[in-house]
Amino acid sequence: MANSKSDIEVKKFADHHVITQPNPLRKVLRRVADDDSDDPVARAEKALADMSGDFKDWMVVESTRLSAAHAAILAHGFTDPARGELFRAAHDIKGDAVTFGFAPAGAVAESLCRIIEHAPDLSRVPRELIDHHVKAIEAIVCERTKHDTISVASELSRRLRGVADEYLARVNRDRPDHLEAIMAPSIVPAD
Amino acid sequence: MFRIDFNKLRFLVCDDNPHMRRILRTLLHSFGAREVYEAEDGATALEMYTHYVPDIVITDWAMPIFDGLELAQMIRQPESKGNPYAPIIMLTGHSEKRRVTVARDAGVTEFLAKPISAKGLYQRILNVVANPRPFIKTKTYFGPDRRRNTNGAYIGPERRVGGEMEILQQPSLLDKARSGV
Repeated sequence: MANSKSDIEVKKFADHHVITQPNPLRKVLRRVADDDSDDPVARAEKALADMSGDFKDWMVVESTRLSAAHAAILAHGFTDPARGELFRAAHDIKGDAVTFGFAPAGAVAESLCRIIEHAPDLSRVPRELIDHHVKAIEAIVCERTKHDTISVASELSRRLRGVADEYLARVNRDRPDHLEAIMAPSIVPAD
Repeated sequence: MFRIDFNKLRFLVCDDNPHMRRILRTLLHSFGAREVYEAEDGATALEMYTHYVPDIVITDWAMPIFDGLELAQMIRQPESKGNPYAPIIMLTGHSEKRRVTVARDAGVTEFLAKPISAKGLYQRILNVVANPRPFIKTKTYFGPDRRRNTNGAYIGPERRVGGEMEILQQPSLLDKARSGV
């Protein structure tokens, strides 16, 4: 649905060009009555809810991937590929866990991502700090079906984040860019 | 009130995580989309972008080898034979403000932080369909206008010059400080 080059208008200024074109996607917009009953968002939410029976299994897959990445680091150290895989595995859990119903696992994964991103030298991060993050995620995923574990999981994630933040603030005290990023609030609204 | 005819839109989804691709595909199909192409890395997505000419690209950021940021930069090549103007929605687990700025400077049209929601995705798609922004080309940037608010009084170091903006008479911050304004 892209426009042809002849539809594009270019206004030239001293140090920039402003390029406008007819909206190529305008034709997919249609006006409907205000009381139109079709609700695509509700339809999509229902479809997501219908899939939710698979979420526990998906979370186990994500957690297993993280454990494997961690095991590779324990065996071979923080090589670039190993670091990248550990980060991406944690980062995926950070992004997916709330959708899958494992919010505390997402919080722990976020804390682990911050350690990987902001520790000046990963080989000098206390081994237990990373171990505890990975094991906490494994435990939260494993114990998810027990209702009494939800508050424990939340408390666990909160404490791990506290310890990780304290460590990151200390090791980055001479790195203002990292310190600013560590202290900056998330753009994702809190629950 | 406006609705989108999703069945007339062609999407390209790029995410290395199969679960997230399935969620995105489900959401888009539920909205009414029929054409949803999927890539699991940036290099494949770029090939598919050229081949299928999607109307909207939805990409993750963190992927191995060729990530979503690089994909956006490759699409936003003003001299390319492909379409450099397609809206790019970055759907990512990154949730820091500086990441939004980096994505914006790579030419990303909309930023959607995970966790994903049907409402959030729908709103981003509606925004790129109904409110496209003009493109700006400078020596160092090509992409949708990064200014969403018109502020003719802006005098910061990255102020564009030329046209009406050039004749604005504004005291410098130093002058303002000296005069106590």
